[in-house]
Amino acid sequence: MRITQGTFSFLPDLTDDEITAQIGYALGHGWPCAVEFTDDPHPRNTYWEMWGMPMFDLADPAGVLAEVNACREAHPEHYVRVNAYDASLGRQTVALSFLVQRPTAEPGFRLDRAEGADRRIGYTVHSYATERPSGTRYPVPGGHQGNGRAAH
Amino acid sequence: MSDRWSAGVIPYAEMGYWQPDYQPKDTDLLCAFRVTPQDGVPPEEAGAAVAGESSTATWTVVWTDRLTTYEHYQAKCYAVEPVPNVPGQWIAYIAYDLDLFEEGSIANLTSSIIGNVFGFKPLAALRLEDMRIPPHYVKTFPGPPHGIVTEREYLDKFGRPLLGATTKPKLGLSARNYGRVVYEALRGGLDFTKDDENINSQPFMRWRDRYLSCMEAVNRAQAETGEIKGHYLNVTAATMEDMYERAEFARELGSVIVMVDLTVGYTAIQSLSRWARRNGVILHLHRAGHGTYTRQKNHGVSFRVIAKWMRLAGVDHIHAGTVVGKLEGDPNSVAGFYDVLRKGRYRADPAKGLYFDQDWVSMPATMPVASGGIHAGQMHQLLHHLGEDTVLQFGGGTIGHPMGIAAGAEANRVAVEAMIKARNEGADYLTEGPEILRAAARRNRPLETALATWGDVTFDYASTDTPDVVATPTPA
Repeated sequence: MRITQGTFSFLPDLTDDEITAQIGYALGHGWPCAVEFTDDPHPRNTYWEMWGMPMFDLADPAGVLAEVNACREAHPEHYVRVNAYDASLGRQTVALSFLVQRPTAEPGFRLDRAEGADRRIGYTVHSYATERPSGTRYPVPGGHQGNGRAAH
Repeated sequence: MSDRWSAGVIPYAEMGYWQPDYQPKDTDLLCAFRVTPQDGVPPEEAGAAVAGESSTATWTVVWTDRLTTYEHYQAKCYAVEPVPNVPGQWIAYIAYDLDLFEEGSIANLTSSIIGNVFGFKPLAALRLEDMRIPPHYVKTFPGPPHGIVTEREYLDKFGRPLLGATTKPKLGLSARNYGRVVYEALRGGLDFTKDDENINSQPFMRWRDRYLSCMEAVNRAQAETGEIKGHYLNVTAATMEDMYERAEFARELGSVIVMVDLTVGYTAIQSLSRWARRNGVILHLHRAGHGTYTRQKNHGVSFRVIAKWMRLAGVDHIHAGTVVGKLEGDPNSVAGFYDVLRKGRYRADPAKGLYFDQDWVSMPATMPVASGGIHAGQMHQLLHHLGEDTVLQFGGGTIGHPMGIAAGAEANRVAVEAMIKARNEGADYLTEGPEILRAAARRNRPLETALATWGDVTFDYASTDTPDVVATPTPA
């Protein structure tokens, strides 16, 4: 499966040039960027690991892309996303959030049902990846280091 | 004794309801009425009559006024201006002291302002065009239970319009079949699906069965995609007790959102809003019935006023027009509605039909919903007219896709993401929109098919509800 979180998940994975263009759009609006990564893509997992601090004072898209690449090299089989943050009054929230890496193989989710009385069902989304301990959730296919970016 | 207190009937203007020198206070609630006086009634007297009948006056002099500080409670018509290019109509500006209104009550506000006066014989027609709500009064309302920012954070969806679809056919599907439509649309790529306004609890599908089927579909789609999904479960019913029962059941099943129709009334909406805030459930409002009093320019209440009232009453979503779809919606007027719902504060803008400055003093924003006759081929126009903080609802434009419902949903999602990406890359997306969509369609067959099916469909009719300062109605 292919999880469809983030602003551009229905498009082919973004190239470095395309990532840079999106970062440029964010910085042009005064939205600092941050890089985050995770190996738990549950839709309610809000707090991905921060790859350093949000880059409040970085105005050069190439600098942000360098951090994206550093994160991808350190975590080649994790999900990695770029968040652009709008601190203006009335917003003070994420303005844009898109994936820049996904694992080579995405096992997806199972839906667990707890059947209750009067036809009620309690639902839980279970991430197959989290059956393994963190750090070993996305084994590299064939043993080599890959990052799933060249899929298209 | 002055003439003011002589028994009998004296003109409203002479009773203090016409005060051209009055300087509105920051705390006053201001209204702009479009007045069409009967023949022979001067506009100032018509404006004064509106002020009188919507505040303290009755048709004759009453001595009991003298037991009150009546000048304080009298509404004051402080200006009357002719409507450009429309003989016989005037805009009357009226100021109301804050003391006239109960805190936090839309019912009281509306009973005061529009309670009696719309049937008043000396007026041939009357329309409430706009209302400036002073911050002091805004702060007595809790506003949207979540608002746009919290909704986006809750759904984990940023940087693009949200996508929805109303389940079709509107009537007749069994609960099991209905849930199939929901599942296919959500797994295909939509964020939301929706009950229609008239889906409540009919013989062909009772509400409880629908809720169970829809929540199975929502949860299956979440597991398929790894995304948060929702279905607006309509809780509209005959009584508050019924509506609470349905809303509670939706909450227990884990629905992130419920909906209600405008037909239930302002007080019921405020009660549900309170419930939604207490239970962490997003509240969607369908503006069912509004066209009966918002569409014609000479009589009724403008939708921009309804939008203000509903932001105060506290809804997270409200249908507010598509510009390019099948329902009434002049581009300038709709832009004004969207400003009312989304902005923190704005200046008066006659071109958008906004008569007053408005400061929402940090009240959360209501998400406008665009629904009715829109399709993927209009994505560039929709983004241009409506912006990013909106829900685009493609009902027929999803479910009518020749390759199936999921393909229809995918086409819409690919179209919106491609358009956002191109815009962010600096493309002149409004001009280049068709080419951007064609390029995305070359890699995506569902979008290619959607464009081939609906690419040329437009609803190109002149709008009736247009700002007066704009010379020509402007179809999108």
